[in-house]
Amino acid sequence: MLTTPVLPRRGFAPSRVVVPTLGLFWLAVTLLPFLFMVMTSFKTQEDSFATPIWALPSHLDLINYKAVLQGDFLIYLRNSVFVIGVSITLILLFGAMAAFALARLRFRFNQPLFGLIVAGMIVPLHVTLVPVYLMTRQAGLYDTMFALIGPYVAMSLPVSIFILTGFMKQIPRELEEAAQLDGCGPIAIFARIFLPLCGPGLSTVAIYNGINLWNEFIFAYVLTSTPTHRTLPLAVWDFQSQFASNIPGMMAVVTLTALPLIAAYAFGQEKIVKGMMAGALKG
Amino acid sequence: MTSYTDTQVLPLARPTRAWPAWLVPTFFLAPAVIMLVIFLLYPLLSSFQLSLLNWNGLGTQGKFVGLDNWLYLLRDHIFWLSLRNNILLAVFSVVIQLPIALALAVLLDQAGGYSRVLKIVYFLPLLMSSVALGVLAKNLYDPNFGPINLILQALHMDALAHDWLGDTHYALGSIIAVVCWQNIPFYMVLFMAGLASFPDEQQEAALLDGASEWTIFWHIKLPHLYGTLRTGALLAIIGSLRYFDLIFVMSGGGPEHSSELMATYMYHTVFDSFQLGYGSTIASAMFIVVTLVASLALRLTRRFEPEV
Repeated sequence: MLTTPVLPRRGFAPSRVVVPTLGLFWLAVTLLPFLFMVMTSFKTQEDSFATPIWALPSHLDLINYKAVLQGDFLIYLRNSVFVIGVSITLILLFGAMAAFALARLRFRFNQPLFGLIVAGMIVPLHVTLVPVYLMTRQAGLYDTMFALIGPYVAMSLPVSIFILTGFMKQIPRELEEAAQLDGCGPIAIFARIFLPLCGPGLSTVAIYNGINLWNEFIFAYVLTSTPTHRTLPLAVWDFQSQFASNIPGMMAVVTLTALPLIAAYAFGQEKIVKGMMAGALKG
Repeated sequence: MTSYTDTQVLPLARPTRAWPAWLVPTFFLAPAVIMLVIFLLYPLLSSFQLSLLNWNGLGTQGKFVGLDNWLYLLRDHIFWLSLRNNILLAVFSVVIQLPIALALAVLLDQAGGYSRVLKIVYFLPLLMSSVALGVLAKNLYDPNFGPINLILQALHMDALAHDWLGDTHYALGSIIAVVCWQNIPFYMVLFMAGLASFPDEQQEAALLDGASEWTIFWHIKLPHLYGTLRTGALLAIIGSLRYFDLIFVMSGGGPEHSSELMATYMYHTVFDSFQLGYGSTIASAMFIVVTLVASLALRLTRRFEPEV
């Protein structure tokens, strides 16, 4: 690649002043709330009232974290891992199967069905909230983690099918034909050829939906009620009343809930950005 | 020694079981379609059906009232207020988020070595859940203990200190600021992807011709980004119409409905006032608004049509 030739620049280039200033300013705008969050979480309650907001904690006090972790926090975390784990598995399996049919099989309603499923992406989920709540009560699933899996899978399927169909269309037909000659039926072709070759597509779908569902709040709030059956975003909500006037304790909860995704991001930065963009761009 | 004739099946080849033609697509589509019908299509239709009832959610069935709820909706000023707030949110999302996100994307595109660190930091808000962010922001805005007012007071700008979330004049604006804080990184990454697809040769050619970077940006790069900008605007508008989480956590739509959105109004009507029928009317109206705006925007931009 050529390096940019050094030439005398003509005229004033506002981008050289305005943009870097904005860059620094935005760095402060982004970091300050996080700084407040983490710093306050290490303060004792007395510290937080007696000293200015911007004062460092007098000593590194883990008392808030201890209090939070001794509460139900780990149960919320475990529930989130369970619900998201099951949901993502089902989304990948059902989504890949449907995408395989839509991308590769010829049948009468292929195109209209694809259009209908893709249209599902614009449905505002809150419209389904009340009927889903009623159904959940009727089915006796209210306040169980299983109540969340159905809605989570369904709300993720349209985007997932859309992304995966695109991926599967790119797989060369010759591979399929070769497998057919070797005596593979449709299930074997799907499982032995399409699933392995769609690895990148599947991980994109998993990351995009994983982040969405990990932070999902309203369905979890409406369909469950006791801490032992609630997911991580609800930890913040439920601790709010418990830590009513305890700001440092509350900040410890917020820090702890933000931590898993930030840690995941530190490891898989590129993949996470790509996953989020792919899902959103096609959504 | 046995000799094989061509009619004989080779011992290794498994006989392929023939599936009836209709069974294969049905088998692969059934799980997804069943899930979508139960948890998306049926609730959607059911919402319209519930909108014709007067029902407090107790008992087995509400009272059928025909279009009464819909007629009430048309005269319900809170609904129109919430729709107005949704539109304000959409406008400000586009006007504030997109330019800042674009500027940041340009910065990161030029920053070279520093951009790695900046990129990581800038992206962080997007990873916080809305509830966590809402609770954090509520503390930042607290009129007595919140850092925003404390800092303003320390700088002797007391006049600028407000009850940010408790004052009907400031609540919506205060929340929109947080919405922007959370979502700007998303559009930033979107625009970075757009800029990355810009060919280096064009920039070099323009520089050789003596164009300033500013000129290059306005006359070459920005036109190149039109498509991405359109996509961003579309996502921001549709996202704003179905917005819920942050408002619910930070203000619950208050004070006095000043930050109410269609989705929060629907929630309060159903789960706080126990008007399942009317709440479903609001939800259905929301679906109609989003569908209309989305299909209008799709038609106008034509970028989102699925590549069938």
